[in-house]
Amino acid sequence: MNTLQKTPLYETHRRSGGKIVEFAGWALPVQYNSILEEHEAVRSRAGLFDVSHMGKVTVRGKGAFDFLQRITTGDIGVLVDGQAIYCLMCYPDGGVVDDILVYRFGPGDFFLVFNAANTEKDYNWLKQNNTDGVDIVNVSEKFAQLALQGPLAEKILQALTDTDLQGLRFFRMQCDVKIAGAKCMVSRTGYTGEDGFEIYTSPDSAPALWDAILEAGKPYGVVPAGLGARDSLRLEACLPLYGHELSPDITPVEAGLGKFLRFEKQDFIGRAALAACLSKGAARKMVGFEMEERGVPRANYPVESGGKEIGFVTSGGYSPTLKKNIGLALIETACAGQGDKIDVVIRGKRLKAVIVPIPFYKKHYKKK
Amino acid sequence: MNIPADLKYSSEHEWVRAEGDEASIGITDYAQHALGDIVFVELPEVGEEVGAGEALAVVESVKAASDVYSPVSGKIAKVNERLFASPELVNSDPYGSWFVVVSMSDPGELDTLLSPEEYVKLCEEE
Repeated sequence: MNTLQKTPLYETHRRSGGKIVEFAGWALPVQYNSILEEHEAVRSRAGLFDVSHMGKVTVRGKGAFDFLQRITTGDIGVLVDGQAIYCLMCYPDGGVVDDILVYRFGPGDFFLVFNAANTEKDYNWLKQNNTDGVDIVNVSEKFAQLALQGPLAEKILQALTDTDLQGLRFFRMQCDVKIAGAKCMVSRTGYTGEDGFEIYTSPDSAPALWDAILEAGKPYGVVPAGLGARDSLRLEACLPLYGHELSPDITPVEAGLGKFLRFEKQDFIGRAALAACLSKGAARKMVGFEMEERGVPRANYPVESGGKEIGFVTSGGYSPTLKKNIGLALIETACAGQGDKIDVVIRGKRLKAVIVPIPFYKKHYKKK
Repeated sequence: MNIPADLKYSSEHEWVRAEGDEASIGITDYAQHALGDIVFVELPEVGEEVGAGEALAVVESVKAASDVYSPVSGKIAKVNERLFASPELVNSDPYGSWFVVVSMSDPGELDTLLSPEEYVKLCEEE
């Protein structure tokens, strides 16, 4: 653990019994008491996550807008100040560099959030492609990041701030919010399929803020939650995970993320390849499946149809909400119809599964 | 941590309760705690032969799959089918939740296993 990076909340996690594991080069809690309990708490009440490991970069200057239009698949032009969009960065061949959040603070002032494992790669990618004289700074170490997720998240956080959180809409951010005395940026975003907030603050303020949120949330049954619950929650909601549903070898068209490609805007990196992929029709498709026979599907298990390998599982596991074993798989489009039967090969055994509609769990975002 | 005094243990965190030539096998309190919430247990078929140190079963926690090894050699005499419907019993009652009963071909292998005292030491070291 000594060689791993530690978030400002590392000691807090250890003190409160977090079971620390290595994740993307970071020492983070996989769980506190029980992944199932933490998962259930987020679905029914609220859970607090440390997501300080996420990468953060500011993109500023006169050319910032044009630069981001070119480097992302999303239309940065739709953003107003204080708004975020989810989009992708692609390679010229259509493979994915990363999926990211882009926040607009002002006309030439943007804030990007990356996957932890990709921070260095993404930062270099931005700099390599910076032909617009844009000011790009890796500010990851300047922020701790907490995510309070679940139907009671607003109630709990509101008790700690004078800022009206009801007015903060989905995918909007507010700067200069005081929470339990700490200066924060708060956005109504998250990665669990529930309503909730991501809170950015200074590393120094993070431990006291973490404790204050748990204290204020005690009457509502808030719990600290780890990476384990984060993964099972996002899988149920079918939120993609880089290295699983997204990679340099999987295009967003194959991953079912075509709606995040804005072909109507000016040129962007990967556009030609992705347009070709879309018009030709992708040979592979991301599907959701449920196991019909006993067995837990995991990432990279082969998927077969009629004895022929047609793809592989990208993510899988036990769904605490559905109480079923579920997974996402990238398979040949011809075999990817809803209701189609597939076999998942688990430790050499072919076990029956069926393709079902996704998401497995309907997201409960507060959009109004 | 609960380490009953009347059982034998393997260094892979299985427990063995021997009665005559039959050995009930499960995983220890330490093991269930380390694995976390158990959501599935894959067991062998009755009648299968198993050698000491060979994979016997698989436990799936929310996060990962882990092999369970047989501390003794012999033939599978019984499997605990209750674990199919209620794998969480391994978490709540690890010593009541035997995975299999093995009809031992060489009960002398029991002598190679750890005593409760030795197993306590092993857990402390890990």
